[in-house]
Amino acid sequence: MNKKSDKVPDSKGHFGQYGGRFVPETLMPALIELEKAYRKYRKNKDFLQELKILQKDFVGRPTPLYFAGNLSEYLGGPKIYLKREDLCHTGAHKINNAIAQALLARRMGKTRLIAETGAGQHGVATATGAALAGLECEIYMGSEDIRRQALNVFRMKLLGAKVTEVTLGSKTLKDAINEALRDWTTNVRNTHYVLGTVFGPHPYPVMVRDFQSIIGIEAREQIMKAENRLPDCLIACVGGGSNSIGLFHAFLKDNIRMIGVEAGGHGIKSGKHAARFAGGSLGIFQGCKSYLLQDRDGNVLGTHSVSAGLDYASVGPEHCYLRDLRKIEYTYATDREALRAFELLSKIEGIIPALESAHAITEAVKVASSMNKKSIIIVNLSGRGDKDVQEVARIKGIRL
Amino acid sequence: MSRIEQTFRDLKKKGRKALIPYIMAGDPSLDATKKFVIDLERAGADIIELGVPFSDPLADGPTIQRASERALQHGTTLKKVLALVKEIRRQSEIPLILMTYYNPVFKYGTGAFVKKAVSAGVDGMIIPDLIPDEAEDFIRLARQHRLDTIFLLAPTSTRERISRVAKASTGFIYYVSITGITGAKLSVGKSMKNRLDSIKSVTKKPVAAGFGISNPEEASKVAKLADGVIIGSAIVKLISQGKSIKNFIKAVRKAV
Repeated sequence: MNKKSDKVPDSKGHFGQYGGRFVPETLMPALIELEKAYRKYRKNKDFLQELKILQKDFVGRPTPLYFAGNLSEYLGGPKIYLKREDLCHTGAHKINNAIAQALLARRMGKTRLIAETGAGQHGVATATGAALAGLECEIYMGSEDIRRQALNVFRMKLLGAKVTEVTLGSKTLKDAINEALRDWTTNVRNTHYVLGTVFGPHPYPVMVRDFQSIIGIEAREQIMKAENRLPDCLIACVGGGSNSIGLFHAFLKDNIRMIGVEAGGHGIKSGKHAARFAGGSLGIFQGCKSYLLQDRDGNVLGTHSVSAGLDYASVGPEHCYLRDLRKIEYTYATDREALRAFELLSKIEGIIPALESAHAITEAVKVASSMNKKSIIIVNLSGRGDKDVQEVARIKGIRL
Repeated sequence: MSRIEQTFRDLKKKGRKALIPYIMAGDPSLDATKKFVIDLERAGADIIELGVPFSDPLADGPTIQRASERALQHGTTLKKVLALVKEIRRQSEIPLILMTYYNPVFKYGTGAFVKKAVSAGVDGMIIPDLIPDEAEDFIRLARQHRLDTIFLLAPTSTRERISRVAKASTGFIYYVSITGITGAKLSVGKSMKNRLDSIKSVTKKPVAAGFGISNPEEASKVAKLADGVIIGSAIVKLISQGKSIKNFIKAVRKAV
């Protein structure tokens, strides 16, 4: 199982001891088919051309790398740049992956897309991809999340998707993934499962990373143009880990400090958080081996974060691998810190960040104090905060 | 020869098929589970599958998901199920299989678990989210301690997957009779026969079919094609409704 191989991941999707494929046998042919199709199309000129045009004209890429002058000045330290994934169509980086998988599914002859969603961002992105590619679409969402994200539920419906409520288990993201996997197991012949992050069974962690790596490829070019040098530090939030790996990947060989920020919720000691590295241990969950928040009997624990996109019990296997290699450091920001950063960026830069991205901003504020004025930080602003406005008002006790 | 292999061999000599009921351990209580095992054996079961509850049973339909939730609420853990098996062994020698997801076993420690399970009296393991490709350690340890490793095949399985799974399985091979999850609707037809035939062309190991078999009629049809019939959700449902499972098993026994 842990054979040494030069290639990472190996042919079965292992990043060192992490990753792999832990799924019902029924899905194995579909995963092998998907892997073959992905390997074929990622080098196929027609596919890449189609994707490139859509990234430009539909998603709005390249997204800007914005010098946050006010924030930099306010902190009195390094120059802070924001990679503006919040300006993507549908409001977050999720669309990069969803569009690409929708195109891939169509080429594989699938007629139906399914996906899980927590906050609704990936659900909206997949529904958008399905509408674009002319495919049927069903989104699974926990009843707790449906209640909290009524607006996104309606957006998905407007886009032509069926939204199916998941009423079992904890009624949140992990249960939506279970239900999507059950649907896929049942309808695998005509259906493609658009997994929303760098998680699950091989080839998803690799494929989603590759579809998101455009973030870092663009940022690298953009910072070279603006500053004629590479940055000193990259910061991104980590739920499943797709926006962070998307930014980091193009810089992995550059010996740059990279920081992934998990959801600290009410703090690690409270047990109410989603900081898998700070509070979890090795486990097997929803298709792969990774760090997992679990009890001593191996049952998966409930998680908490103010940001639904980070509120998940496990983390992409490649993150575990890169952490072991000390390529990426991981830390966390609490709900309170993230809310403060949410307001700070809104007031000072005129940009309302997603609560997920506000975790990354928190860390930028923290590290800025130990860096000089010549240093450069790039923060991935993975999504916009429109979806969170109502929730933040509720937390502040303001009735809209 | 393992107790499971012996069971299939004896049945074959008699020209009979194996009846393998599944119940969720700890639903409604571990004491009740113990009693159900004895009842099932008396009603004609040949092998019994004990489900171990897990927080995220992704191969299971709503009936077993709910049973799993109830069992967890009552504090059922893998450790307690092993203790239960040990107790059952004072009264019964019926082959027992644990069906659990991989994480509880992994968390327990695969090596420690295999030893403990065998010493408690477990005969085989079914782990629906562990495919042979990821099971090198588990298979090695299980062979060493003589625990049967029962892997699954599905209607979607290719020839390559069939050979791999057949090779990795001992005791029997679990054929998932529907493209789907436990408790979903079954259709027994020509395609099922073709698939079982193609498995049989690769291996001499017994093949038992399960998922979606909910009544004596279906069990009878499946028994004509496979070496054994596994029934889970239908029994779990009766238990959840507080109904007797003895008569149901007797009826199925007659049909198989």
